[in-house]
Amino acid sequence: MSTVLDISNKNAPGNDLPAKPEESVQYVNELTTLNLGPTHPATHGIFQNILQMDGEKIVSGEQTIGYIHRAFEKIAERRPFYQITTLTDRMNYCSSPINNFGWHMTVEKLLGVTVPKRAEYIRVIMMELARIADHLICNGILGVDTGAFTGFLYLFEERENIYEIYEEVCGARLTTNMGRIGGMERDLSPEAIRKIRAFIKRFPPIMREFEKLFNRNRIFMDRIIDVGGITAERALNYGFTGPNLRAAGVDYDVRVMNPYSSYQDFEFDIPVGKSGDTYDRFMVRNEEIWQSLRIVEQALENLPEGPYFADAPEYYLPPKKEVYRNMEALIYHFKIVMGEIDAPVGEVYHSVEGGNGELGFYLISDGGRAPYRLHFRRPSFIYYQAYPEMCVGTTLSDAIVIMSSLNVIAGELDS
Amino acid sequence: MTNEEVAKDLIRQFGEDVYDFDDPYGMLTLSTTREQIIPMLQYLNTHPIYQISFLTTLCGIHYPDDPNPAREFCIVYQLHSLVNNFRIRIKVFLAEADLHIPTATTVYLSANWMERETYDFFGVIFDGHPKLTRILNMEDMDYFPMRKQYPLEDPTREDKIDALFGR
Repeated sequence: MSTVLDISNKNAPGNDLPAKPEESVQYVNELTTLNLGPTHPATHGIFQNILQMDGEKIVSGEQTIGYIHRAFEKIAERRPFYQITTLTDRMNYCSSPINNFGWHMTVEKLLGVTVPKRAEYIRVIMMELARIADHLICNGILGVDTGAFTGFLYLFEERENIYEIYEEVCGARLTTNMGRIGGMERDLSPEAIRKIRAFIKRFPPIMREFEKLFNRNRIFMDRIIDVGGITAERALNYGFTGPNLRAAGVDYDVRVMNPYSSYQDFEFDIPVGKSGDTYDRFMVRNEEIWQSLRIVEQALENLPEGPYFADAPEYYLPPKKEVYRNMEALIYHFKIVMGEIDAPVGEVYHSVEGGNGELGFYLISDGGRAPYRLHFRRPSFIYYQAYPEMCVGTTLSDAIVIMSSLNVIAGELDS
Repeated sequence: MTNEEVAKDLIRQFGEDVYDFDDPYGMLTLSTTREQIIPMLQYLNTHPIYQISFLTTLCGIHYPDDPNPAREFCIVYQLHSLVNNFRIRIKVFLAEADLHIPTATTVYLSANWMERETYDFFGVIFDGHPKLTRILNMEDMDYFPMRKQYPLEDPTREDKIDALFGR
């Protein structure tokens, strides 16, 4: 950020400062440099912020990022498409399934594969569960950062239940690698459906209890209202998307504007805030949890019958039974696993509504086995630029709350 | 508001400085020169009807094998009109010998880090950028890692040949 107030000149020699009054603490013109991070207990992940403090107030700040940069874009240039899914897991690791399916949909768009309805609905269920998990972490931790640990504990059990559903669907919990190019790797098992139903039943009362604890809590409200506000115009110019942009009052949601994976079939609302402050962000995420729950309910209720994978033999692994008996299946199996499939030439951009906003994949294929160039639009990376501006004039404790409510995920930030 | 409509309007405005029109997967794609890129971003941003005023991505691409050396590097701007739900992709090609392009931070604040990232990985200099330093890599790195001449695998390895293991 370039809007640094040049107060340091006031301490230059020859510039006589008034004598400090004894005992009374008034460090008006003396700036302190405070190193917030890289490993600070109150920042969730490795972030460094070098803050210039005027007493309690933050005058300017500068972020240093890249501590867990893993060069995914470079690695992706040498991997077959199906192996890139594991890279996307590690971007926003609070909602990996959204990243996974976003990538699969990008490849499907490049190939021109139409995914059957059942697979799309299963994807929607998993993506919305992932969104709930993502928002639960963000809002729960916002409570912790303001000094209320209880809500976090209540919600984390529910996140655990969502992870158990992931486990049932794909076998993994955090880095899920869920789904395949062309559909899902397996159908929803009866046990998975039972677990999702149990979650839908058990979750609302717990969420209501959480809301009762926080939404109209005087202490909590005083703590976060008007903290870290941003206007809609400014937020758009800074490239905000997702709940953070909606909190500022812009109803941009990729699920509605460019529906993918059958989102047009579901009824849900887009909550928007007004002032874009921390309270609005908190409330928007809270409401989105309810809306996601609505979508999960609808998708599960109307789950169509039929196949759960598309007819894309060059990308979707054939069933194991076929591989042992059918020569073509064996050939395809071998070719896919060895990454010997040449993709068509093309240039495609696809975006999904991730936990933090528009998660985009810009893929350029030159007809080879791996992408020629793959660029990830990571929402955290783009909106984290605004962080110093939002912090200026607030106190250190507010800065922590603002970062927490922006939900900056280190893996996504650094990619 | 269709692709042709916008393309025709841009030709009217910028004449021969816009070329290479295409619409892969329905997204209007065109190229322009680095002299015209900022006026074009401004024009699309302030256009009363189009209102293409959201910078979705800004990234670089390296084409070392392109026969034309003036097209070795490409900077891609993907813009979005949230009002009309219209997306456009603008490309600017640069030569390796002269990797300069004016900064888009004058139009979009979000371009700040995207340009730093592009500089970090491709070495493209964005003239007028408030702070053009590396962002994800270390400060003392002396090469630009996303360029194609830096292979991901150890090139001396003989057990992993491209013919068998992809690019």
